Amino acid sequence: MSLQIKDLHAKIPDREILKGLTLTIEPGKVHAIMGPNGSGKSTLSKVLCGHEDYEVTGGEVTMDGQNLLELSVDARARAGLFLAFQYPHEIPGVTNANFIRAAKKARLPEGEDIDAIAFYRQLYARMDQLEMDRSFTSRSVNEGFSGGEKKRNEILQLMMLEPRYAVLDETDSGLDIDALKICARGVNAMRSEDRGFLVITHYQRLLDYIKPDIVHVMMEGRIVMTGGPELALELEAKGYDWIQPEALAAAA
Amino acid sequence: MSLSPVSLSASPSWFQSRATSAWSEFQSLPVPGIKDEHWRYSNAKRIELDTLINATPAPATDVQRAIDGSKGLAKTAARFVFVNEVLVESSSDAPAGVVCVSFEEALKSHGDVLQQHFMKREMELGSAKFAALHLALVRSGTVIIVPKGVKLDAPIEVFHWAAGANVAIFPHTLIVTGDHAEVVVVDHYRSLDDTPGLSCAVADLIGSPGSHVTYVVCQEMSDHAQAMHLSSTSAGKDAQMKNFQLQLGADFSRSESVSDLVGAGARSDMLSVSMPLGEQIVDQRTLQKHKAAHATSDLLYKNALYDQTRTVFSGLIIVDEGAHYTDAYQTNRNLLNSKEAEANSMPGLEINADQVKCSHGATSAPVSEDELFYLKARGISDGEARKLIVLGFIEDTVTRIGHAEVEAMVCERIEEKFARIS
Repeated sequence: MSLQIKDLHAKIPDREILKGLTLTIEPGKVHAIMGPNGSGKSTLSKVLCGHEDYEVTGGEVTMDGQNLLELSVDARARAGLFLAFQYPHEIPGVTNANFIRAAKKARLPEGEDIDAIAFYRQLYARMDQLEMDRSFTSRSVNEGFSGGEKKRNEILQLMMLEPRYAVLDETDSGLDIDALKICARGVNAMRSEDRGFLVITHYQRLLDYIKPDIVHVMMEGRIVMTGGPELALELEAKGYDWIQPEALAAAA
Repeated sequence: MSLSPVSLSASPSWFQSRATSAWSEFQSLPVPGIKDEHWRYSNAKRIELDTLINATPAPATDVQRAIDGSKGLAKTAARFVFVNEVLVESSSDAPAGVVCVSFEEALKSHGDVLQQHFMKREMELGSAKFAALHLALVRSGTVIIVPKGVKLDAPIEVFHWAAGANVAIFPHTLIVTGDHAEVVVVDHYRSLDDTPGLSCAVADLIGSPGSHVTYVVCQEMSDHAQAMHLSSTSAGKDAQMKNFQLQLGADFSRSESVSDLVGAGARSDMLSVSMPLGEQIVDQRTLQKHKAAHATSDLLYKNALYDQTRTVFSGLIIVDEGAHYTDAYQTNRNLLNSKEAEANSMPGLEINADQVKCSHGATSAPVSEDELFYLKARGISDGEARKLIVLGFIEDTVTRIGHAEVEAMVCERIEEKFARIS
């Protein structure tokens, strides 16, 4: 049981971005991927979800044994994969509550509906944990939300949908320290033996609050180094330049 | 087979003579050609006048089916069901003093009100010929007169059914309010079966000072029929008029909606939602005419187009000399769910006064791939995600009706149409 990425290659029309990425995320573990801008971190999250702008040209991805690459975007999500977006989109006219409800309903057998009372009880409890005002239920999805509110809303969806594997794409970007702590609290509340996390970040700061078990360094579309939490501190102190020559050579 | 004039028994002589001259007018006026400015991007020949026949009373089984199918609002102040222009069911709990009767009845009991208000507005938007046809053949619909100060909480709901192939119906709606009166009226236009035919409806909405009129059209004619709806609104001092058009049915629908802002402080909301499928054509022409100062008109027409459908929106704002401090807004938004769908938009402004705030805008855009991806990344299927986006798109228009039960009913009708999207 794991989310296994083996020798994954993916490209946009004129450029290869993932160049043989291999990574295994076990339930119960928090993996962090750090890397400089342009290393392909966000591409990895989008490819895992099945974004059609990217073409997978090689390798495989399985989730608990199931071939993820042959599933549609929505089927991957229903199978248990979740992406917290770096830039969550706005959906005018669709209330946040209706959106989350539609997402939960999509996981039920055809014709079944969710219990509205239980749904709102759960929603309000999760929102309280994230210090989100109740008015966010009736506001249009992400419309007019501040950067921090959008990120909290992503974590709210994570908490409501309870995925098997969650990918957090630069959840810390644009967050002040208080909002970061609140988001991290939500994520930590969801850590369990049954759930794996992949936390993508540019800065070590997030990892002070979401403590990773394993830290990977990504460069030029590959994992070039793997270590424990101390690796993140080292990267923070020394930057990425020191890794380059030998590690890149080794990974290639 | 073709249409022929009808004579309404015991109708006042003024009405008979207007109907007679309207028939001559109908016959003498040409079918508008494609060069007619008011028919640009459209085609009046889609209304197949030669194939249409006068409505005759429907068989009892059809009447029963129509009555059974007339499911609308749970709570109404009055309710009418017409099948082929015959009133087959009615009920009323309207307060004393409120007149809420069939058109035919009103000709006998309230001829004076009809004589004053019935189709007095010149048809400026291109359908004079069809308006003349309506006047010549009208015999069904309702006349609603709400006396001064009376507020009806529950809506008045009217169903107009066409039963049988090629049947044409000509329902009329006349609403006249006294000062500070309030009323909500819903007209449903439907075909009993999947047959060709025509609904050619006209509505006169007269709002006295301080009154509130909310008028809602739900057009769900068969995909082989055509639907015309010509409405004229007159908003008196401080009156608040709303005209919401839900255009779901007919292979060709045309709505013409005119608002005259005749009193200071008047407000007119002109709203419309359509979601054409297949090869449906939705043709919308509007006029916001500001005759008095300090009045507001606010138009929001939204179309969600699918497949090979087409919409035409042509809107004009005219601010007369002296109509200073006018606020007039006009927005037409089109959401394209298909590459072959085509939305045509022709906004216009004619301002002859000072201190005026006017805006018009039209947009036409495909469904956002980013929004779709976001919804699908949460496990929502492509079809369901597109539906959510469309419902979100029209939400701000539907909620401007301002009556929760009517909004819910409108959403139900839209929901029913979604079921037809494969």
